[in-house]
Amino acid sequence: MFVSINWIKDYVDLDGIDIKKLINSFTLATAEVEDIFEKGADVQKVVVGEILSVENHPNSKKLHLLKVDAGFKVCDIVCGAPNVRVGQKVALALAGGRVPGGEINIATVAGYQSEGMCCSEKELGISDEHNGIMDLETDAPNGTDIKALYPIDDIVFEVDNKSLTNRPDLWGHYGIAREFAALTGRELKSLKLGDLSYDGDEQIDVTVGREDLVYRYSCIKMENITKNVSPLDMRIRLYYCGMRGINLLADVTNYIMLEIGQPTHAFNANKIDNIVVSTPKEKMNFKTLDNVERVIDEDTLMIYNGNEPVAIAGIMGGLDSEIVEDTGAVVLESASFDGISVRKSSSRLGHRTDASARYEKMLDPELTLDAVGRFVEIVKSIDPAARVASKLTDKYVRRYAPISLSFNKKYVDKYTGIDISDEQIMKTLTALGFGVEYKDGDYTVSVPSWRATKDVTIKADIIEEITRIYGYDNFAISTTRSPLKPVAVDYSKAEDEEAKDILVKKYNLHEVNSYVWCDGRKYKKLGIDVEDNVKVLNIENSDNGILRNSMMPTLLVMANENKDFAEKYGLFEIGRVVDGTDENGRANEKKRLGVVLYDKSGDEKSLYFKAVEMINCIIGETKQKKAGYSKIAPEHNWQHPKNTAEILIDGKKVGVLCALHPANRAKFDKTAAAVAFEIDMNSFNEINAASISFREPSAQQSTYYDLSLVLGENTKFSELEACWEKLGLAELESVKVIDTYEKAGFRSITVRLVFIAMDRTLEMDEVQGWIDSILANLNAIGVSIRA
Amino acid sequence: MFEKPAELKKLFEEKVNQAAASADVEQLRIEFLGKKGHVAELMQELRNVPNELKKEAGQKINEVKQFIEGAIAERIEEIKKLEEQKLIDSAESYDESMPINADLGSYHPITLVRREVESIFQSMGFTVEDYSEITDDYNCFEALNIPKHHPARDMQDTYYLSSNQLLKTHTSAAQNTILRKYKASLESGKPIRAIFPGRCFRNEKIDACHENTFFQMEGIMVDEEISISNLIYFMKTMLSEVFQRDITVRLRPGFFPFVEPGFELDISCLICGGKGCPSCKDSGWLELCPCGMIHPNVLTAAGIDPEKYTGFAFGLGMTRLAMMRYGVKDIRVFNSGNLKALSQFTEKSFTRPENESKEA
Repeated sequence: MFVSINWIKDYVDLDGIDIKKLINSFTLATAEVEDIFEKGADVQKVVVGEILSVENHPNSKKLHLLKVDAGFKVCDIVCGAPNVRVGQKVALALAGGRVPGGEINIATVAGYQSEGMCCSEKELGISDEHNGIMDLETDAPNGTDIKALYPIDDIVFEVDNKSLTNRPDLWGHYGIAREFAALTGRELKSLKLGDLSYDGDEQIDVTVGREDLVYRYSCIKMENITKNVSPLDMRIRLYYCGMRGINLLADVTNYIMLEIGQPTHAFNANKIDNIVVSTPKEKMNFKTLDNVERVIDEDTLMIYNGNEPVAIAGIMGGLDSEIVEDTGAVVLESASFDGISVRKSSSRLGHRTDASARYEKMLDPELTLDAVGRFVEIVKSIDPAARVASKLTDKYVRRYAPISLSFNKKYVDKYTGIDISDEQIMKTLTALGFGVEYKDGDYTVSVPSWRATKDVTIKADIIEEITRIYGYDNFAISTTRSPLKPVAVDYSKAEDEEAKDILVKKYNLHEVNSYVWCDGRKYKKLGIDVEDNVKVLNIENSDNGILRNSMMPTLLVMANENKDFAEKYGLFEIGRVVDGTDENGRANEKKRLGVVLYDKSGDEKSLYFKAVEMINCIIGETKQKKAGYSKIAPEHNWQHPKNTAEILIDGKKVGVLCALHPANRAKFDKTAAAVAFEIDMNSFNEINAASISFREPSAQQSTYYDLSLVLGENTKFSELEACWEKLGLAELESVKVIDTYEKAGFRSITVRLVFIAMDRTLEMDEVQGWIDSILANLNAIGVSIRA
Repeated sequence: MFEKPAELKKLFEEKVNQAAASADVEQLRIEFLGKKGHVAELMQELRNVPNELKKEAGQKINEVKQFIEGAIAERIEEIKKLEEQKLIDSAESYDESMPINADLGSYHPITLVRREVESIFQSMGFTVEDYSEITDDYNCFEALNIPKHHPARDMQDTYYLSSNQLLKTHTSAAQNTILRKYKASLESGKPIRAIFPGRCFRNEKIDACHENTFFQMEGIMVDEEISISNLIYFMKTMLSEVFQRDITVRLRPGFFPFVEPGFELDISCLICGGKGCPSCKDSGWLELCPCGMIHPNVLTAAGIDPEKYTGFAFGLGMTRLAMMRYGVKDIRVFNSGNLKALSQFTEKSFTRPENESKEA
């Protein structure tokens, strides 16, 4: 919103105050000022001139050669405007001066010298009127600075609308002036309201059909309005505040909205006699005054004349009842509609207006009569023949409850942490319009109507009023009295971070972040189906709506998109997935670590074992435990039917490791391989870590025994392991694989078993006894010694 | 006989100088000192020397023997040195500037910034809390004093789910849960100090400055006498730690339903120091984080008595912080999975400030 300091000065005396500093304190106390404009700074040496003679340019149909009296001399001016006549008073920009378009110099125009420029309003930057040069209605002597006649100099600042959302009172200059009054400690002048008295019997009949959507509906009729164009002063203000001049009545309603924040609507009185405020029974079309046909649904509040819709309440008037230039009589609507209803309607219509933006903020219904009073006052001051032509109609159907808040000085001290004096508190609240009663440190404060629609409701709100005017920059700051206590370690979190460290620092993986929903289009490229799950209802791209149930597809997509990054890489993320819903239909959110390894050369087997190594390392480092694996049927159709395994700790499933199904692998890349695994960190975090159990190193000599074994086709190493672990030998120090051999279905492995005892050097007989037992166990699972 | 040791010595001296390798020297040792070597031969001959001369002759042989032993040891030492020198001369001088192990892993920049900030808060006594990405209307809005018809609850801002839940739009959604978690400990006299970093989601069009998925961090402190004055002090101290320099802050009123009063906190522009530059749109200030005194209704919703306890809350845009810290101009980098960009954030456990303060 744009705010004119000239306008503010109508209501607060700012003499002797540094305006820029004041605007800065407004930023700190009220709302952020985004920009400050010095209007009129680029209008220099523009004076009142009088056209003494007009000659046609010999070679141009458009140009005229003028002699213009500039007071101190008569200037030759070449002018292209159509509306020039002898005796006309003009705004003459003299050579050496400037207008927003640039500097004015003596120039030769079409062969004739021109010593300046006769300006249009647009050329002076005071409106967008550019049909001709200004035709000044003034008696001021020639040579008078134009700025002495019109308020061209002004400081205009722009406030971020977002920072005003909770302050309906700041959507007009008067509310801003109140803030300035409180900040400067000066008086806020009252609004000048016109006399509404009227002797006749006429009164506009108003019926409010939807009392739930209306607070107040006031209206009055005025007639004998003969002027069409609003005075330049008013148009300059509107223009500086971002509005276009239209005609007198539209300009006055806009002016009132910018001044007190209350939108009003002037209906052509010929079209209005019986106003009904209600919602339509069924969907209908309605043409608004911007000449757009809009579809109105059954929830949109409308203004009717009888049965005829004439306006969308709080949003925009209809084309048919628009004030046109011959309108001599108007019905002024000044109403307070329900803010939520206006916001929803305007959002459904996709049409937001200055009026609807204000209603959304929950306007003070007390404003409607101020707006009526201002309308009568302003119209009469411009067009003295205009008169009130009806009794005031004022349907006040709903009221906000008055708010009164009690608190004491101690409360203020505790909340602020500083000592703000009672005097300061009272002064601030009074300046902001609060009613204050004070007795022995106890306050009872009544909230003014313009702050009582939603903004100030509890005593903490009063703290804000006191402190913002006091100034946060003026606060003495202090540390809290509570002592620091050590923070307990969160091991779940520590494990997540440790897993990341291992993957980055030991395995050179790259951490990524990905979206929590599936990208159907990208999945499809890899032949991965988006599986049914909880979905986002309102996402723009319907391919993206379903939440992921695994980290792996997202990471496979990312791996696929990075093919030109390197020959071989891996990426990972600890993120969230949704594992279906619980018995109440709520999403089961899980925290999962997903890892994808990619190798352009296509060595799937070594990638797979690299993944196993990573899993073993993560589990070993954080839990001091051994990972277990057990082949399972694929959980998703893109997983390899043979090489999908669950990851186990203490026999409990914590994750899944898999290679890709050949069909998906082919889509991924002709030659490359990718392997993925996922660990459910919630399950993982729940598992207790084993402590490190220290074993005294033996001083005795160790003995080793190598076994070369022939394995069956499906024999797993873990089955071999069981064969010696079953014996529970304290003397079996370690078992290492020292050789493997595989050819044409023949699989052989050589393991070295190392034995050692704490108290003695082992005898061969003793060792042989154990080996025999182990061999017996191996035989039982079909494993024999290689011949 | 008496000349023979001297001749032997002479013979040895001639030969020892020709020995160039340790093998040659070993050869010499065997030739002269071996069981059948020259010295042994001389000792054999000693049998033929008359008894009265034996002693002198023996001494002479011994002298030669010792001389040869010494010379051999010396020669071995010399040759060893020469051989070492040869190894040194022929050795390759390694080029440390060769790019090695180009395959460093990398952390996501959010992880790096989050770890830094978390450790600062932990040192200030804050617990680090975890919270889900999916939450519900109650936690995201209702418990935060955001009324039913607040625009923030409209479909255009919030991702609603088919499970009658939603993706959290701000980390404040965790406030109610965290306040409840520590309510009992608060009532036993321990202040609540907690941060909760997390991903947030807003239904926005994505461009260089906007993401629909981004990281925030929420912080709260609640105790019996927490005041606005404490809030300002804390924010200034905390931000000076985060930015590793003394930070000037200013507070402006800001409206958020879950705080009262609510503030927008600006810091003096880090680039121009407050003089005004394009980064701060010439204002000298950067809007950094919303904060405020926790609204009494929010405390009440968590079962905490607002008459007895007060507190403050603040939000830090972690994604924004990461952009500032690393000079990332396009927010889309974070969720792109583009390793050409993300792999630059290599093994950094922490970042030591460039202009580290020398004071303790």
